[in-house]
Amino acid sequence: MLNISGLKEGIVLDHIKAGKSMEIYKYLGLDKVNTEVAIIKNARSNKMGRKDIIKIEGGLDEIDLDVLGFVDHNITVNIIRDSKIIEKKTLSLPQRITNVLHCKNPRCITSIEQGLPHIFFLSDEESQTYRCLYCEEKYGQKS
Amino acid sequence: MRHLISPLDFTVQELDTLMDLAGDIERNKEKYAHACDGKKLATLFYEPSTRTRLSFESAMLSLGGNVLGFSSAASSSASKGESVADTLRMISCYADICAIRHPKEGAALVGAQAASIPVINAGDGGHQHPTQTLTDLLTIRSLKGRLSDMTVGLCGDLKFGRTVHSLINALVRYPGIRFVLISPAELRVPDYIREGVLEKNNIPYQEVSNLDEAMPLLDILYMTRVQQERFFSEDEYLRMKDCYILDAAKMALGREDMLVLHPLPRVNEISVEVDNDPRAAYFRQVQYGVYARMALILTLLEIDTAGLSQ
Repeated sequence: MLNISGLKEGIVLDHIKAGKSMEIYKYLGLDKVNTEVAIIKNARSNKMGRKDIIKIEGGLDEIDLDVLGFVDHNITVNIIRDSKIIEKKTLSLPQRITNVLHCKNPRCITSIEQGLPHIFFLSDEESQTYRCLYCEEKYGQKS
Repeated sequence: MRHLISPLDFTVQELDTLMDLAGDIERNKEKYAHACDGKKLATLFYEPSTRTRLSFESAMLSLGGNVLGFSSAASSSASKGESVADTLRMISCYADICAIRHPKEGAALVGAQAASIPVINAGDGGHQHPTQTLTDLLTIRSLKGRLSDMTVGLCGDLKFGRTVHSLINALVRYPGIRFVLISPAELRVPDYIREGVLEKNNIPYQEVSNLDEAMPLLDILYMTRVQQERFFSEDEYLRMKDCYILDAAKMALGREDMLVLHPLPRVNEISVEVDNDPRAAYFRQVQYGVYARMALILTLLEIDTAGLSQ
């Protein structure tokens, strides 16, 4: 089994659906931080069979929980201090997400208006459907 | 400060109040002739529209106000690359209220977020057209005496026809409404209307492709034009445009108290022989459009109409 050292200070994103960790890495902008980041893919899990885990040393100034909730609201966010979990955050589907998805409707104002944030809102919780705030186009493929 | 971006921005009760005001305007035009003295309406039309722009201008002039604006993107700073948000910030310094039409969906919302004056969506691409909806509701309520318990047929381009989308959004809030959606398969209502509005609200509806079969069912027949500017190819437009033409033979299949509405302009989807049929309400609808916009301008400018004398 792969051995990755524990964190003294930082954030552990646990219970990521197997194979989703790189997507989350991208959404959280982890490619732009200088701290140590460990991505563990396909780790064994009693609960899930296989799961991904992301460990971030030192943590981030602010984790965008809405982004995480949108990608996979079953993820557990563990905050680590002095090698101990001091807080566990659970996620829910965010009502609104900003600049995570990009509207692909060529008729949408977001296609031409400078500096306009791409905002999607949760239009149906049951089917987890998001729509563009401006043109109401249904979110299709993640961009 | 309020805007009108979507037909759902007003509650049913607020719409009733607005339509009561429109009714009073219809009966007492003189009373409102100076209600907006000294006020200015800006009409920002990034795409051509004779009817809607003139209706807004007629409404403001009938209230004693003034109008300014542009009628195509080419004659505005958009041709220099100015954003909608910047244009609305600028217009907020020039006018007290504005109406915006733009080919891109969501443009009016962007404008409202930037403006410091009330913004009226006068059509944003194929998305929403709430003042046409106000017009449609006022026409139906004035001529039918109710907005509930009706079978409403919507015919033509239901995919890109923004007037249809807005009208469905508004009518589902009244009890006993049923829809018959009459269109070619390629021009059916988009899924955000089918799933997000009709099915979500458990509204009875059927999608059919034959206008003849639908005619006897309808209390209202809402015809729409197959708009060339919404198509990417001319071939596709030519194939579709003649699919649904209302003529005297089809009218003979309809009920005696049915009403035919159309947002206009028509091309050939309603034969001129239908114009003299008492059920043809589309030219009366234009007049109701002016009353609806007058009532809307008064409401958004928060003019105290109770203080106006006869």
